Amino acid sequence: MRIPVAAAIGLFFTALYFLMAIFAPLIAPYGVAEVVGGVWEPSSGDYLLGTDSIGRDLLSRMIYGGRTTIFIATAATILSFTTGSILGFLAAVLGGWADQLMSRFVDLLMSIPTLIFALVVLSVTPVTIPALILVMGLLDSTRVYRLARAVAVDINVMDYVEAAKLRGEGRGWIIFREILPNALSPLVAEMGLRFIFMVLFVSTLSFLGLGVQPPAADWGGIVKENAEGIVYGVGAALYPAIAIATLAISVNLVADWVLNRTTSLKGGRG
Amino acid sequence: MGSVTRLLAQRIALGLLLLFLVSILIFVGTIILPGDVAQSILGQSATPEALANLRAELGLNEPAFSRYFSWLGGAITGDFGTALTSGLDITTEIGRRLGNTLFLAFWAAIIAVPLAIFLGLLAVRYRERWPDKLISGVTLASISIPEFLIGYVVMFYIGVKLRWFPSTAVSYRPDADLLTRLDSIALPVIVLTLVVLAHMMRMTRAAILNVMQSAYIETAELKGLTMFTIIRKHAFPNAVSPIVNVVMLNLAYLVVGVVVIEVVFVYPGMGQYLVDHVSKRDVPVVQACGLIFAAVYIGLNMVADIVSILSNPRLRHPK
Repeated sequence: MRIPVAAAIGLFFTALYFLMAIFAPLIAPYGVAEVVGGVWEPSSGDYLLGTDSIGRDLLSRMIYGGRTTIFIATAATILSFTTGSILGFLAAVLGGWADQLMSRFVDLLMSIPTLIFALVVLSVTPVTIPALILVMGLLDSTRVYRLARAVAVDINVMDYVEAAKLRGEGRGWIIFREILPNALSPLVAEMGLRFIFMVLFVSTLSFLGLGVQPPAADWGGIVKENAEGIVYGVGAALYPAIAIATLAISVNLVADWVLNRTTSLKGGRG
Repeated sequence: MGSVTRLLAQRIALGLLLLFLVSILIFVGTIILPGDVAQSILGQSATPEALANLRAELGLNEPAFSRYFSWLGGAITGDFGTALTSGLDITTEIGRRLGNTLFLAFWAAIIAVPLAIFLGLLAVRYRERWPDKLISGVTLASISIPEFLIGYVVMFYIGVKLRWFPSTAVSYRPDADLLTRLDSIALPVIVLTLVVLAHMMRMTRAAILNVMQSAYIETAELKGLTMFTIIRKHAFPNAVSPIVNVVMLNLAYLVVGVVVIEVVFVYPGMGQYLVDHVSKRDVPVVQACGLIFAAVYIGLNMVADIVSILSNPRLRHPK
């Protein structure tokens, strides 16, 4: 199996970011909240990216920040996929009023912009990492639900599913042993896109001051903390842009590759 | 014609129903979650007396059902109550800020819409050649960076390094003359344009390609019509509805993008009002802003559907 160059680059950077997230405490030269120097010192041998608005090492903040951002985005993506695809498959298998009820509710949720609804909900929930993951994951599961249901409706009328039904298998078997394995490839491709969306989403929330709370670091928060520097010509707030963009583009390249591979195998996207 | 009016009436009724359900959702979203609103406003150290007072003040002792209807009744008549934190009237405040937000969104749309359609057409004209590839590369990059970061990049290079325009919109005054106002919103407008441009170009490109690859365009080409006639008589009427759809969906997207961009550029609009009061846990303000944003969003989507119904005869005669 040959991996195209674009996908290989994507895989490399995605793996790099995840490894950096996992081993952050080993890689980061300083502690996450450790004040080591003056305010906004330029990049030097001691501080590769310089220091931030209160004199913490920016490279260490970026590494720990990546850990937080990637952890939240991954957890929210997993939640969104589990909820969305199980409910979507269930809707396709059950059909009738249960399907109608769930699908119309999802339509309703999707008629409100996600960010606005997240802000409404976050105005009453305590701003903690589990709450963030829950809100982001559940709101995003509407999109996974739509895809999963569409894919499962197609699979549900296949002969092998009919055969399983005639054998008298239960709904659990149909969903997990018949539909899930066949729906996996379009879902995995979509997973990359949802993950990127989650990274952007949690960064936006943190930037607005409603996500990860200081002194913990995350990419959106780093922008917020160093935003004032922009007016004085200090570019510290722009580093997360590079990190987010490279991560997003790499994941995109991998997702594209997975999608192309599965389409050529199956002759269609689900 | 009768069927068209009926379809339109149905679509408008659906929009209103949706808005009503959304108002329930926004209201429920702020009450069913674990945690007491009064507790989260006052914090963990609040005394039981203070909590009880605030609950009574917010009407939390009444059943949710009657609270919802008094809130909805107020919202319909344009009375959103007063903000918890400042005690100011929410409707007056929103009235002031909604105008500013619409002013910003309007100018962004004026620039972004024609530009996106033009570039989308360009991408179709030079399909699979460098202008097309350049456009899709830029698109990929710009959807991979969150709006607020595009905002800071633009602020850093155009506002601070080049000093072409003021780097924040703090100096914005609604009563200043038009040129001064445009000068102070120049950067946010540029950023919003960049944000929606990518989506709009991509969708325009796809919509036009879809039409240009249809069998009837090929027939028209084969029977020897000039390119101009093909576009005027065959391509354009079929492309209007998808393009209008693209524009409306992106205007809806713009309205949400405004929230973040206003915070970046410290612009006194609805978005900043909403975000400020989310962190202050001022629920009435958040509900009011949420409802207005949702209404604008639903309204624009509805307009998109109505234009498609009007411009596409096929939708008028459902089989």
